[in-house]
Amino acid sequence: MSLLSITQLKVHFPTQDGIVKAVNTIDLEIANNERLGLIGETGCGKTVLGMSIIRLLPPSTTIEGEIRYKGNDLLKLTEKEIRKIRGKEIAMILQNPTTSLNPVLKVGDQIAEAIKLHQGLDRRAAKAKAVEMLEAVKIPDATKRANEYPHQFSGGMKERAMIAMGLACDPAMIIADEPTKGLDVTVKKQIVKLMKEVTTQKTMLFITHDLGVAAEICDNITVMYAGELMEYANTEAIFKNPMHPYTQGFLNSLPSMGLKAIKGMSPSLIDLPSGCRFHPRCDFADAKCRTEHPELIEVEKSHYARCFQYA
Amino acid sequence: MLKYIIKRLILLIPILFLVTLISFSLLFIIPGDPAETILTGPGGGADPKAVEEFRIKMGLDKPIYIQYFTWLESILHGNLGYSYQSKRPVIDTILSRFHATLKLAIVSMIISLMISIPLGIISAIKQYSAIDNVSMAGALLGVSMPNFWQGLLLILLFAVTLGWLPVAGYGDHGDLEHMILPAITLGTSSAAITTRLMRSTMLETINQDYIQAARAKGLSERVVIGKHALKNALIPVVTMIGLNFAYLLDGSVVVETIFAWPGIGLLMVESIYLRDYPMIQGCILFVAIIFIFVNLMVDILYTYLDPRIRYETKE
Amino acid sequence: MKQRSDSRFISFVAQFKQNRAALAGATIVLLLVFVTLFAPQLSPHDPIKACLDERLTAPCMEYPFGTDQLGRCIFSRVLYGSRVSLSVGLIVVGIAATIGVVLGIISGYCGGVPDEIIMRLVDAMLAFPSLFLALAIAGILGAGFINVILAITVVEWTRYARVMRGSILSVKENYYVEAAKSLGASDFYIVTRHIVPNAITPIIVVATLGIATVILAAASLGFLGFGVQPPTPEWGMMLNDGRLFMRRAPWLMIFPGLAIMITILAFNLLGDGLRDAWDPRLRERRRER
Repeated sequence: MSLLSITQLKVHFPTQDGIVKAVNTIDLEIANNERLGLIGETGCGKTVLGMSIIRLLPPSTTIEGEIRYKGNDLLKLTEKEIRKIRGKEIAMILQNPTTSLNPVLKVGDQIAEAIKLHQGLDRRAAKAKAVEMLEAVKIPDATKRANEYPHQFSGGMKERAMIAMGLACDPAMIIADEPTKGLDVTVKKQIVKLMKEVTTQKTMLFITHDLGVAAEICDNITVMYAGELMEYANTEAIFKNPMHPYTQGFLNSLPSMGLKAIKGMSPSLIDLPSGCRFHPRCDFADAKCRTEHPELIEVEKSHYARCFQYA
Repeated sequence: MLKYIIKRLILLIPILFLVTLISFSLLFIIPGDPAETILTGPGGGADPKAVEEFRIKMGLDKPIYIQYFTWLESILHGNLGYSYQSKRPVIDTILSRFHATLKLAIVSMIISLMISIPLGIISAIKQYSAIDNVSMAGALLGVSMPNFWQGLLLILLFAVTLGWLPVAGYGDHGDLEHMILPAITLGTSSAAITTRLMRSTMLETINQDYIQAARAKGLSERVVIGKHALKNALIPVVTMIGLNFAYLLDGSVVVETIFAWPGIGLLMVESIYLRDYPMIQGCILFVAIIFIFVNLMVDILYTYLDPRIRYETKE
Repeated sequence: MKQRSDSRFISFVAQFKQNRAALAGATIVLLLVFVTLFAPQLSPHDPIKACLDERLTAPCMEYPFGTDQLGRCIFSRVLYGSRVSLSVGLIVVGIAATIGVVLGIISGYCGGVPDEIIMRLVDAMLAFPSLFLALAIAGILGAGFINVILAITVVEWTRYARVMRGSILSVKENYYVEAAKSLGASDFYIVTRHIVPNAITPIIVVATLGIATVILAAASLGFLGFGVQPPTPEWGMMLNDGRLFMRRAPWLMIFPGLAIMITILAFNLLGDGLRDAWDPRLRERRRER
């Protein structure tokens, strides 16, 4: 049974230059204990999709569709009700730990804060739990580290602290936004290993632009482009048999596959291309791709792609 | 941090030296001969013998650089010279007058911060709302309104027309009723500047990632703003206090003149009318040193409040 | 590079046009310039001629702003007063900006000892509350147009030196300066052709806001009795005259004060608008919403 099911989700927000259409009619299911990778280039709307689940978007945003968590539509909850979901049921690990940790609060206190709030522990017990969490993410000398400020942590340690913060209240689901971005190779490996360990009993939406990392952690992978899902399959199928030309291009751009970049640039979310969103960059595009919009279809069992080749 | 403070103090030495030099060089621009100017009575003409005596007594007959170093040496001993008028030590008069200025400045500062901090925060949280627009328009008007005009309008309304408060003066010891109008004049005009500053700092803060991160934990908006945002946004307020202090010192010249508040600003104006050069020099040097000192304190306090700087030297 | 600065200029103009407050400021500034130029034509009366029979007349058809203690038309005096304020504002900013820009260039481009000396001097100047220092200078020199200009210029140049130095340091990092250097261009050529044109815009913004500061300082000096010599009409001095007749004739201090405020407001609006239109950081932030 799916823990989270997103139906017909549209997220648009107005700016001075026009309406940013960040998420365009997305349907997505995440099963209990599934680790789903959400892959895409920067600016494809993947972070917005993650944020919209716990409704962390500016008030001017228009959200349509449904996001059902354990059967309840999160989009219909009051502000107070969604706050009880955030951190307690669904935790989000935001990208960029350097700016996502409050520079003037001690790391331990920042972790303890959520514990105090959601688990009703007193200050001391919450702090003790925070130290435990830091130990759980393998930060040495956790008692001392809990009393330090974020700038005293290294990049990898900050990421660990962010993960600890997300896990603090033992949420059923985790949304991790680019937790490996900007880390050097060795540290990245450690973080991937840690993420894998700590989420064995959890449901996770893992947002990244790094296919290699997603392959190690995730059971299934979905590829996002210009606010739409282009392909969905289990991890093995994505790598062995990528169907969508974008996924194929994405794989070919990996260092291990020869670093062949996809031609062109990803489109602006304000001014989306007609027809298939990917056609301006696609080697197989024909007249139909330019005018008609393809649907996501199940090409093989549990392997979906949004491309006319398979229609 | 100690290293930082010491570095800061060493940097002050050339500045202090230049400050004394600038203060001293004010003597160069005195039109004509100071001794003659001083001793020239209302009827005109000065006794040449008296002028010569005065010159020797005040050391004005020596070469300029000797005059400077003599002066510098006495300053280092806390002696700013003697008033041409009262013949009393300049420093005594300045200290007694500065007391009044400080009193006014502190009350004005409290008024200013009480207006600007909450208003700046609300304006930032509710950006482009009615309250933001009104307070920003008010701040702009406040910045553009000369404080001497504002002071006069307050006198016209509360003292002359309504008769609630005295027009001007100090009372016996700088009584509250005498302080209200000048303090409001200074406080509100400095609040106009600080409200804008507070708003922009707060805006910058609430757009930071850690604010989103705090929300993602499920914290209420009250905690997100009141704890996570405010703790960051209030650190620059310390700098604002330093800035405010400079503004208040500057404003004291005009406001003390209007309200006959016997502070250092009024002393300065009086001394200029009386051509009491040592007193002018003393006042200028004194306010500059006070200002440097306040800024030093502010810098140290800032480094203490910001953990990023506080722990820098430990690593 | 030419194209780059052109497109930046176009977006700058577009930004500025969208800013209503800034346009209002620009309009008032233009109006002020008009009043200054045509004060003789616009004034119903001689601003200096006393008419003792008409002393302290309340505002009426004949005297829209009333008359002062000597029976002079306050409306005409306010119109003429704009001449002193605006010319002091422009002259001081002109001189101070020139001095500041030159020193800023030397400081920023040469670095080393000249930089150290100039910047310490700036720091020392900034240690003095500006009105205190200006008052001391103006007070010692005595009242008069030139003395006012001198006194305020002495305290005003520092901001331009700082801004210029800052923008030179950032422009200096740019590749085309390195490129020009490697091509063997002279220092003078690099400074005038590559550095100054790119660093001058922040100076214009600061200068616009600076005019407001200078006009306020000049009015303050006038108010304290160290402005231009009477009977030349000057707003600050008019306010000071009006103080004594506050009870009987409040219009004496209402209108000159209003004139000062509107003038300063106009330059502040204009300067804020120029700054917002220029600073891409602020622009980006606005776009986020």
